[in-house]
Amino acid sequence: MAGPLRAIAGRRPRLRRGPWMGFVPWLTLFLFLVPVLLGLVGTWLPAFGYLPALGGTGLSPEPWQRLFADPSLPGALLLTVTTGFLSALLALVLAMSVLAAWHGTRLLRAVRRFLAPLLAVPHAALALGLAFLLADSGWLVRLAFAAGELMGLAVPRRPPMLGLANDPNGIALTFGLALKETPFLLLMSLAALGQIRVERTLAVARSAGYGPVTAWVKTVLPQLYPQIRLPVYAVLAYSLSVVDMALILGPSTPPTLAVLVLRWFNDPDLSLRFMAAAGATLQLCIVLAALALWYGAERLVVRCCRPWLSAGGRGGPGRATRGVSGLAIGLAGAMFAAAILAMAVWSVTRRWRFPDALPAQWSAATWAETLPVLAWPAWTTLWAGLAAAGLALVLTIGCLEYEDRAGVRPSTRALWLLYVPLLVPQIAFLFGAQVLLVLLRLDGTAPALIWSHLMFVLPYVFLALSDPWRALDSRYARTARCLGLSPGAVLLRVKLPMLLRPLLIAAAIGFAVSVAQYLPTIFAGAGRLTTLTVEAVGLAGGGDRRVIGMYAFAQSVLPLAAFALALAVPTMLYRRRKGMSP
Amino acid sequence: MVRGMFRDLAMWLPAVLLSVCVAVGGSAVARAQGGEWQAVLDEARGQTVYFNGWGGSDRVNDYVAWAAERVLNEYGVRVRHVRVNDIAEVVARILAEKTAGRTERGSVDLMWINGENFAAMKENGLLGAPFVDRLPNFALVDTEARPTTIIDFSVPTDGLEAPWGMAQVVFMYDTALLDEPPRSITGLLAWARDDPGRFTYPQPPDFLGTTFLKQALVVLTGDRDALYRPVDQADFAAVTEPLWDYLDALHPHLWRGGETFPQAGPQLLQLLDDAEIDIAFNFNPNEASAAIADGLLPETVRTYVLDGGTIGNTHFVAIPFNAQARAGAMVFADFLLSPEAQARKADPRIWGDPTVLAMDRLSPEERALFAALPRGPATLPPEALGTPLLEPHASWTGALEAEWLARYGQ
Repeated sequence: MAGPLRAIAGRRPRLRRGPWMGFVPWLTLFLFLVPVLLGLVGTWLPAFGYLPALGGTGLSPEPWQRLFADPSLPGALLLTVTTGFLSALLALVLAMSVLAAWHGTRLLRAVRRFLAPLLAVPHAALALGLAFLLADSGWLVRLAFAAGELMGLAVPRRPPMLGLANDPNGIALTFGLALKETPFLLLMSLAALGQIRVERTLAVARSAGYGPVTAWVKTVLPQLYPQIRLPVYAVLAYSLSVVDMALILGPSTPPTLAVLVLRWFNDPDLSLRFMAAAGATLQLCIVLAALALWYGAERLVVRCCRPWLSAGGRGGPGRATRGVSGLAIGLAGAMFAAAILAMAVWSVTRRWRFPDALPAQWSAATWAETLPVLAWPAWTTLWAGLAAAGLALVLTIGCLEYEDRAGVRPSTRALWLLYVPLLVPQIAFLFGAQVLLVLLRLDGTAPALIWSHLMFVLPYVFLALSDPWRALDSRYARTARCLGLSPGAVLLRVKLPMLLRPLLIAAAIGFAVSVAQYLPTIFAGAGRLTTLTVEAVGLAGGGDRRVIGMYAFAQSVLPLAAFALALAVPTMLYRRRKGMSP
Repeated sequence: MVRGMFRDLAMWLPAVLLSVCVAVGGSAVARAQGGEWQAVLDEARGQTVYFNGWGGSDRVNDYVAWAAERVLNEYGVRVRHVRVNDIAEVVARILAEKTAGRTERGSVDLMWINGENFAAMKENGLLGAPFVDRLPNFALVDTEARPTTIIDFSVPTDGLEAPWGMAQVVFMYDTALLDEPPRSITGLLAWARDDPGRFTYPQPPDFLGTTFLKQALVVLTGDRDALYRPVDQADFAAVTEPLWDYLDALHPHLWRGGETFPQAGPQLLQLLDDAEIDIAFNFNPNEASAAIADGLLPETVRTYVLDGGTIGNTHFVAIPFNAQARAGAMVFADFLLSPEAQARKADPRIWGDPTVLAMDRLSPEERALFAALPRGPATLPPEALGTPLLEPHASWTGALEAEWLARYGQ
């Protein structure tokens, strides 16, 4: 612990300039890691039979025996592992192939422009939209029927039995997860590519006769992958333990392990709590094992590919890769857009029966009637997101500013710590964290909700802000100091204004992450505080797509608005200062 | 069949009579001690009641919002509707509070509950002192003709939960797509064999899905009496074997081959509207009419009950042991039982949830409120609903769900 802590706090602390700053990295780590650790312990105790409220006062292996005797477990495990690995792999391959085949093209610039809004859409909203697209009587089938009718074909009265959504093998879930995670990997890769001399490397490789795709894969990818390894691990861990998407798109006989565990936690038979805690601990083990396996696979790929890398194969022009990856990214983008559009259309529908391609009756009634009810969760979503993003921003600025003043850089190990809340499955520590909150009498309060979101918001804000911050030319600050400004004034009057755009983007990302939180809101909100995401997932079972559509759409609009603001505000403020806009 | 019902009655009667005595006696006391209720009202003024309940229905949510506004204006009690996916989550939270030793100032003041959740809370001491007898309007409840208002899934309520509304399973179909629906559990199987993929039920432990299991079990089992005793006193395998045989035969002919099930009751309506299935069912006899009015089902949908009856029960509101606003919760529970609130709830244009009140205990003006209610196009007249079949003992719910999951959930 001490080693990595010192790493993020700085190895050679020179605290003359603002000794209080040294406190910030410690506070940040405390906010992050202590709750996770206590939450894990609070889950492990009942997993071994200790939960006094339910009469469990001694340690026993019984919860584990019950867990392994559960008939749903083998199927759930298989499903969890296959959907988790496949979706992470699919997202990685898709992101890398697009970068390899389309680097430096207009397509990639267009993709880059859409990344932020794609990231902003919460998982639940995308899943709800996809569920409607893929259903047997969903929009795709409806459009196909309408097209068939236009061509004069006889269209059956009944929807076909395709079984795409909630399929027993979890293909829909895999697809949905990959769709949501690809933009994240693309964004992290594009940020990382900024630190690699891509153009020069490629120019050398191309002049040696390598095809464009082969050149990228052989020279850029080996430099890029180590930089995005942590994001890839986060994607893998997330895919293995996701709850909201698995509830909406996944199968149910059995569901994935995370859903199964949540089901046990919520079972009226309270003795299932012990088994649920054991299941949550098993979930943690699975994620850790999966990360180890992935790491091993990386080694294997490196070893097997080394001869290929240096064998000198030049590769062709890579048209096939280009075609396939372009088509895939286009299709993925279209599905993404159609899913959100479907939700928007449903929210202004009165009657839209199968097989109509579009609503037969439109109406603003859902908005008019539901808006007052939606206002409360929307307000909670807003303040929780703003507070979590704001706090995360302040803490991140504190850490980065401390880095500058102490003249240190955090090591990779410190970065690992930052990723802990993203790598440890939420369900593995949130139950324990909830007991902790109840003990402190904080459950269902605003601080609890904000803190539970902050754990997940902080890593993303840190990742989003640290690169632009470190890239800022240090000579500006030095010049300002020479002109007699105090370090605080340099921060406030030089650095922050110059970094306004990345600051706001980081805040918007943090806000979007907060909006999307499902499990933390359930556990910390104690039902008293509820957000649009929780309501939308809850309504998924309600059967009224018009209301679902409205919540899913509203849930997407808030983060999108945050991104729009983050882009618009600097442009407006710096209208008269061309040099300030990058 | 008839003898079976007599046996049920004989078993029920003592408990029913006892509870009626307690109930009537209790409410007489409540009326006599008007001052005591006034004290509750005084204490409740200014309190905030966190009412936790399933929030999956817009109409229910709107109704609760109306009731909340009324008690705010009339009694100065603020009600916050905490909408949850499954009330079991709330049971879990109250348990977490007990775990942490929080015996007062809990997060839940009143909750919408019945059946196995009530049984679990009662058994684990998560409910406080009895309060129902102190509610003035409880005297109006039809505890005689509706014994389920005081005996919840064969578990006596003991004044720990106040009845709120009645439920009975009705089946629905689109007359434009289906001429003659099957009218029995066995007929359903034959029909599904002829036209596969056009029926399904929500996946247990969704309560409507579990209700389908109970409906089939009550009809198919050779030992119906055993269902009304705790499950550990019965030979579970023998009593339920006909049910599993039936489901084994039925599942291949279900929607999506019985590999996937809807996750919640209301999805059945959506599937019916989407023409993915031909027959749906619901626990509210007014649901189909309301859904038609709401634009969620075609106007050609009609409802029916099975020959031999369908499962019926009562849903309640209960106060957890550590409620912060106990007085406020009692005031809200009492308001929900008032003729005004019950009549509005029974209005199919609002919610359409049948009342728990006895018409003969109401004043003529109050009776007129109910008489004036319209009946929706798909709603059966009360006499056509027949006598509801009683819910099996609460302990059967968990056992049936566990066995279902073990057989079909993997």
